[in-house]
Amino acid sequence: MIEGVVERVAVDLLRLAATRLPRDVKGALRRAYREEEDETGRAQLRAILKNVELAEEAGVPMCQDTGAIHFYLRAGADVGRLDRVGDALRRATQRATVEVPLRPNAVDPFTGENTGDNTGRLIPALHWEIVPGDRIQITALPKGGGSENACALAMLRPSDGVGGLKRFVVDAVIRAGAEPCPPTILGVGVGGGADVAVGLAKAALLRPLGHANPDPRLAELEGELCEAVNMTGIGPMGLGGRCTALGVHVEWAHRHPACFPVAAAFQCWAARRASALVLPDGSVEYLTEGAR
Amino acid sequence: MAVFRLRTPLSEGDVRRLRAGDTLYLTGTMVTARDAAHRRALEFIRAGRRLPVDLEGLAIFHCGPLVRREEGGWRVLAAGPTTSARMEPFTAELIGALGVRVVIGKGGMGAGTTEAMRRFGAVYGTFTGGAAVLAAGAVRAVRGVEWLDLGAPEALWVLEVERFGPLVVAIDSHGRNLHLEVRERAEKSREAIYRGWT
Repeated sequence: MIEGVVERVAVDLLRLAATRLPRDVKGALRRAYREEEDETGRAQLRAILKNVELAEEAGVPMCQDTGAIHFYLRAGADVGRLDRVGDALRRATQRATVEVPLRPNAVDPFTGENTGDNTGRLIPALHWEIVPGDRIQITALPKGGGSENACALAMLRPSDGVGGLKRFVVDAVIRAGAEPCPPTILGVGVGGGADVAVGLAKAALLRPLGHANPDPRLAELEGELCEAVNMTGIGPMGLGGRCTALGVHVEWAHRHPACFPVAAAFQCWAARRASALVLPDGSVEYLTEGAR
Repeated sequence: MAVFRLRTPLSEGDVRRLRAGDTLYLTGTMVTARDAAHRRALEFIRAGRRLPVDLEGLAIFHCGPLVRREEGGWRVLAAGPTTSARMEPFTAELIGALGVRVVIGKGGMGAGTTEAMRRFGAVYGTFTGGAAVLAAGAVRAVRGVEWLDLGAPEALWVLEVERFGPLVVAIDSHGRNLHLEVRERAEKSREAIYRGWT
């Protein structure tokens, strides 16, 4: 049973994510528009808001880059037949590619051949977390290529400390400039090892805007980083202005004594995500505010 | 910062009037091209072969559109710009060889393109990244598609557009480059940001 429900829900989530921005992101873009003083920057934000509205009304993807498809799964240990979920998500991705439609974005890195249906080796990417219970939460994160190309990893020296971490984030934003389609959301992953830091940074993009880190030290760091990034003057679409980032989210893990990995993940203003909870009776609860 | 409404084909004189920061709305024909199409176009040019579309006086659009095949042709559903920096290695030569007058994309381009635009008379117009439905709304018709073997996002889509914009002239034909100016200012902002961080 689970396969059918998961497939149906995942098609829905891919459609919702592609066509409607979550409420927190829309709110942040409207606030940025109100507060932006640069005339060119304001014009960019006006076009963005207009575009979001048009996409919602027409039910078409807001950006032609409908992303590489990632699913984040929080699966209850008591949910049966979890081995079938991966196949259901692949089928959902293939269906959504035709039904929404999504642009085919899965390419063989060696031959350049496009599979045509957004599925391929290790794509859609599945990020599993096993949690207690009998429910499964599915989040679709279609990730655009422009913002993905700006992602960065540094293996700092432990003596570089938090100051080094902050400089790394600002440097990554300056290097990225206009390319990740600012105003962006930044995910910062600290510690853990190279792969863990990058994974944490990307997962940090799932946190809704306006929800600071529950750890007050990290909440302060997030605020400080956001302010710093917005002092660069890169602005909407890199044409100048105050609003370069809508928010910065930091996640961390303990590190090896010799290592200080820091990763920055960028999400474009079209910060698309949609979540739903599948309950044991097969009913579905949609979680992303504004998405439904 | 003036507003211009122009129609293709464009002459050198048309684009020389445009200054960085101006707003441009374009009517006429534009042709999409991304990485693979640029690479192939240069192969054609270097081999003395003619491209399937004559780009003289037209606009190149860095875009891999989301299209749907419908009865009687294609429909463009979403057609925002892709990151232009990836096309930087190809663009100067393309402008010189083909007489392209407008390059449309997002994120800006480098010194090589800026110099070619100054020399040959062309501009770079940036369209709001991700604003793909807004862009698709200006597409009146798909005139044709070439090089579909490269995959739909990489093919040359020949689009008939009406009042496509607003485009911000980010590189003009007089040597100014807005994105590079913003970047330089950002580089200089580092010092003030780092003060107090040790």
